[in-house]
Amino acid sequence: MKKLRHFFDHLEPHFEKGGKYEKWYALYEAVTTIFYTPGHVTSTTSHVRDNVDLKRIMIFVWACTFPTMFWGMYNAGAQATMAMQSIGMTEIEGWRGAIMSMFGIEYNVNSIFGNMFLGALYFVPIYAVTFIVGGFWEVLFASVRKHEINEGFFVTSVLFALTLPPDTPLWQVALGISFGVVVAKEIFGGTGKNFLNPALAGRAFLFFAYPAEMSGSTIWTAIDAYSGATPLAQAAAGQLEYALDQNWWDAFYGFIPGSFGGVSTLMIMIGGLALLYFRIASWRIVLGVLLGMIATTLMFNAIGSESNHMFAMPWYWHLVTGGFAFGMMFMATDPVSASLTDTGKYYYGALIGIMTVLIRVVNSAYPEGIMLAILFANLFAPFIDHFVVQSNIVRRARRHVS
Amino acid sequence: MEAYISLFVRAVFIENLALSAFLGMCTFLAVSKKVQTAMGLGVAVIVVQAITVPVNNLLFTYVLKDGALAWAGLGEVDLSFLGLICYIGVIAAIVQILEMTLDKFFPALFNALGIFLPLITVNCAILGGTLFMVERDYQFGESVVYGIGSGFGWALAIVALAGIREKMKYSDVPEGLRGLGITFISVGLMALGFMSFTGVQL
Repeated sequence: MKKLRHFFDHLEPHFEKGGKYEKWYALYEAVTTIFYTPGHVTSTTSHVRDNVDLKRIMIFVWACTFPTMFWGMYNAGAQATMAMQSIGMTEIEGWRGAIMSMFGIEYNVNSIFGNMFLGALYFVPIYAVTFIVGGFWEVLFASVRKHEINEGFFVTSVLFALTLPPDTPLWQVALGISFGVVVAKEIFGGTGKNFLNPALAGRAFLFFAYPAEMSGSTIWTAIDAYSGATPLAQAAAGQLEYALDQNWWDAFYGFIPGSFGGVSTLMIMIGGLALLYFRIASWRIVLGVLLGMIATTLMFNAIGSESNHMFAMPWYWHLVTGGFAFGMMFMATDPVSASLTDTGKYYYGALIGIMTVLIRVVNSAYPEGIMLAILFANLFAPFIDHFVVQSNIVRRARRHVS
Repeated sequence: MEAYISLFVRAVFIENLALSAFLGMCTFLAVSKKVQTAMGLGVAVIVVQAITVPVNNLLFTYVLKDGALAWAGLGEVDLSFLGLICYIGVIAAIVQILEMTLDKFFPALFNALGIFLPLITVNCAILGGTLFMVERDYQFGESVVYGIGSGFGWALAIVALAGIREKMKYSDVPEGLRGLGITFISVGLMALGFMSFTGVQL
């Protein structure tokens, strides 16, 4: 390790002001802080000594998405092979098929490795494009505007990639992450200064700009010719039985078509509970989302409807379908765009839960609601904070008088 | 009753005057620096909208509409071409009367609303609400609900924007975008959030 430190110390003068590579300081800083805590300390009196900084937190969140990411790869492959089996296709065309045959991997529904490999052929390009294009903007802004490269981008990129359907065209991926990083984050000054969740803003941009590629029943499995409806779409059409049976467990474990990250509630819970345990994600927000969702669902169940099948959907089905669990654990708990006050977090979470069910049930144009619900709640998060702070001021002023 | 509730929800969220019709932008952008003032303006818009839309509705049904003057024996007269000038006149007059009434009887409220009342006279969201009412042929009852709802939606949008702008004090915006530029972009992003309602069938 000493050698490494020595190496960095040796390099540092070149990157500092007046050095040869002064323009690339942001990159140098990003790499060194992966290995060492930054040497800079606050210059004024208040100073917290802790080795947990933004970088450690963000990398931890990134690691917590791994269970659902790997499951997503496996499931994308499994869904593809199952679809191929059902329509009698034996081989995938194009470069993915070429790679599969090059390594001699067969398309077998039961082969865990084969499915994983096939899924990776879909996921890795998407993630790579997200990372390279988004990283390019991040480094560009950091170099020009002289701020540090922020690891918040690790999280943004992985969350963005995980919300996409398996066969999203790569140029759309690039466009979406560019919008998310530049418009929703960097022009406000980078991580911690934005008011919308950048990953979701990019995803919503794609959703509204290219509805043909981003919604419908053919996109959620990688095979183009195959139309596999997600449970949410089945529920809207009234084809889903709501009993707590095999179907529900399939949805819970994640044997359903869907986006990479959103399918397996179990895997999301593993990562999410780790986040909650280490207090990186706020349990108040998660609780708020859950309670808001359950309350709204029970209300709709009680009202009931003849024509709209979504009214009857019970809350435990809302939990496992679509991106609800993923959004609740990873998107809603983004500390930057959520409410900052403790009391505000309950309201913020509840708003997300209520809006999600509202959009799913009432808005027939959009099958999925959590993405738009979180964006909507992001808009009102500062306003909620304002009220919490004001009521606190009023309360304390009253106490002072008496 | 159900029709009124759905009309209200539609006016507040789906056809939000500020974020889906982009009306009243000048005041929306200019008076949204602080939540407190934004709330004052929001209340003023709700009050004015709740009065002017129904009044204009009466004016439209009994004076301006084709054949509306039948009660006076002038069944063939169609005065709808006078619409625009009449509505704006009504709005200006009502705002003026409201201002004087408040000054006389509710000085506290008058002081709270302050400059916003006269400002509202020329706010296109107010005239826009009236014109939407005419275009969609609302009955009197509907026009009352629509007036309150559209005003409430606008108020909701401006307080949300004010909250965001208060939070953005800590942002580090590139020089060229500071001030109005970043506010325009924020409003655009807000509209993205409000698109969650488009397509709701009520």
